[in-house]
Amino acid sequence: MPSHLDPVPVPVPAPAPAPGVGASEATAFPPAPGAGAGAGTGTGNKRHPHVQLRALDTLWFQVAGTICNIECTHCFISCSPRNHSHEMMSLADVQRSLDDARGLGVREYYFTGGEPFMNRDMLAILEATLKQGPATVLTNGMLLRPDVCRRLRELFDASEYSLDIRVSLDGFDAESHDAIRGKGVWDRVMIGLRNLADAGVNPVITVTTAAEGVASEEGRARFLDVIRGFGFDRPRLKVLSLFRIGAEENRTRAYEEWERLNAESLSDEEASVLQCSSCRMVTSKGVYVCPILIEEPEARMGATLGETLRPFQLRYGACHTCWVDGVTCRT
Amino acid sequence: MRLAFLGGIYSNYHALAAALDDITRRNVDATYFLGDLGAFGPHPDRVPELLIVRGIPGIQGNYEESLSTRADDCHCGYTDPRDNHYAQISYDYTFANTRDAYKDWMATLPREIRFTAGGLRFLLVHGSPRTINEFLWRSTSPDVFLEKLCNDYDADVIVCTHTGLHWHKSLSEGRHVLNAGVLGRPANDGRANVWYTLVDVNERIVDVTFVPVHYDHALLANEMRAENLPEQFVETILTGWWTTCLEILPSKERTAGRW
Repeated sequence: MPSHLDPVPVPVPAPAPAPGVGASEATAFPPAPGAGAGAGTGTGNKRHPHVQLRALDTLWFQVAGTICNIECTHCFISCSPRNHSHEMMSLADVQRSLDDARGLGVREYYFTGGEPFMNRDMLAILEATLKQGPATVLTNGMLLRPDVCRRLRELFDASEYSLDIRVSLDGFDAESHDAIRGKGVWDRVMIGLRNLADAGVNPVITVTTAAEGVASEEGRARFLDVIRGFGFDRPRLKVLSLFRIGAEENRTRAYEEWERLNAESLSDEEASVLQCSSCRMVTSKGVYVCPILIEEPEARMGATLGETLRPFQLRYGACHTCWVDGVTCRT
Repeated sequence: MRLAFLGGIYSNYHALAAALDDITRRNVDATYFLGDLGAFGPHPDRVPELLIVRGIPGIQGNYEESLSTRADDCHCGYTDPRDNHYAQISYDYTFANTRDAYKDWMATLPREIRFTAGGLRFLLVHGSPRTINEFLWRSTSPDVFLEKLCNDYDADVIVCTHTGLHWHKSLSEGRHVLNAGVLGRPANDGRANVWYTLVDVNERIVDVTFVPVHYDHALLANEMRAENLPEQFVETILTGWWTTCLEILPSKERTAGRW
C-alpha cells in the first residue's frame, strides 16, 4: 500500500545524540553543503536544515516496488499495476540488507510498496526478518486470503518479536473508501479483515486524513466503532498524513514554494526529532533517506546502508509535512 | 553482591512499603529507584517521603523531569490520543497533589547512575540510555539493538523501566539488559501483584530474579476511588489487566493482555 505516516500533535523532545553514529560518521563524511551558516542548495534562496542520522533504528523495504493492484488517487508515489519505477525485491535482496542491519543495530523493520502481498517472497521475507527483529507490513488488505492470514499468525506466534499488519482504509464506508481506492476495493478489504480476525491477527487500521473528519476526536471515536464493527474488540487506529506529491498532487494540490523547512526556523538539533534521523529506505534501486522521497533522485543516498549514514538536507515539501504534522512511523 | 531495583512506583506507596520490607529480609547490598514515582495512584507525596526516609538513591523518570520543571504534561512518549487522555488525567492529579518541596527535590535527582559491581559496568536509566521516555519492550528490542546501546553507552548491564513490563536479555560478551518492571501497576497478566527486581552479580556472572510483590491492593483501590481517580485505573489494580495507556503496546505484548 502507499505508506503514509502518522501525525502526532507534539514532537517528542530531542534526545541526546547517540555516541557512535553521529560522531564516527561525522569524520567519515565531509560536512554537508549548507550546514551551519553555509548557503543552501535547495529551493529558492532558503537555507534548508540538515538532519543527522542519530542511529539507524528503523529500516524500511520498498518490498513490492511501486507495483500495486490498485491505483489510489492520493498515492504519493503513484503506485499502479504498471508503475515499475522501483521493482519487486526478492528474499535474497532483502536478506543482504538484513545482514547489514545486524551490524548497525537496527531495531525494527517495515515493509511497504506497492502492495507487499503481491510479492511472492513476502511470507518468506517476514520469516527471515522475524528471526532478528520486529516487523510491520503496510497492506491494502485485498490479498489477505485465509491461508496467508493463518501463516501470518504462525509467524507471529513463532517469533519472540512483534509482527504488525497495517491495513489501509480511506473512509468510513465503501463509498468514501472506493472513491480514492477504486470500485469494489472496500468489499475485498472486508473479506481480508474477516480472514485476519478468523486467524486471530489484530491489525492496525490506518486511515489518511483524506477521510473526512477522522483527525478530530469525534472522527476517531467514530472510526474506532467502525473497526469494532469489523469484529476487532480491541480496535487499533493510526491516522496518517497526506503528502502532496505523486498522485496526490492532482487530487488536491502540489506543495507551494513556502512549504519548505529553513534553517532560520528549524535548527539542525530540532530536526533530530524527525523520522529521517533514525530511518532509511531500501528499494530495488538503492537506499533512500526515507519512505516518502523514493522518487527524488537526490534522496537516494547510496547503494548500501553503510553509505547512507551521513546527514541529509531537508529541502522537500514532504519534509515540511513531516515536521509540521510531527509524523512518526511507529504504531 | 546483591542489588535491588525499583521500577516505576506510580504513587503505589503500599506496594513500595511491601517491597522495601521484602528487600530488608533478603540481605540486599544496595537498592535504587528508577524514576516515575508518581502517576496513576493516590497521594503522590507518600512515595518520596518513604524513599527519602529510607535513604534510597535513584534517578529521574519523565515524571520527575516534568514535575520538577513544572511542565504541563508527563512527556510519557505516547502517540495515541487515548493513551494521552488518561496520561493527562494521571499527570494533572499528580501535579496538583505533589508539594513544591518534593518537585524541587526531584530536580536534584540524576538522569542516570553508573557504578561497577562484580566486575561489570552498570548503567541505570529510566527509559533507555539515550532518551528518558524511550520504551524498551522485549518484543521490539532485538539483541543487536541492545548490544549497540551497551557499546554506545559503555555499559555491561543496562537497567531500565518505563514500559511497565519486566524482562531480561542475556547478550553477547556477558552483557545484559533488563527492564525492572514496575511497582505501580500489575504486569497486565491478570494477577494483582506487582514486581521489583533483584540482581546478584559476582565475578561477572549476573543472576536476575523478578520478585512478585503482594500488597493490600484492595486498600489502594479504595483510596484511588476516594480521590476520584478513573475507575479504569482502579480496575487495573484489582484485576491485574491494563485498561488504559495500552495502545502503545507492541502487538506481542498487547496480545498477551486482556484488553
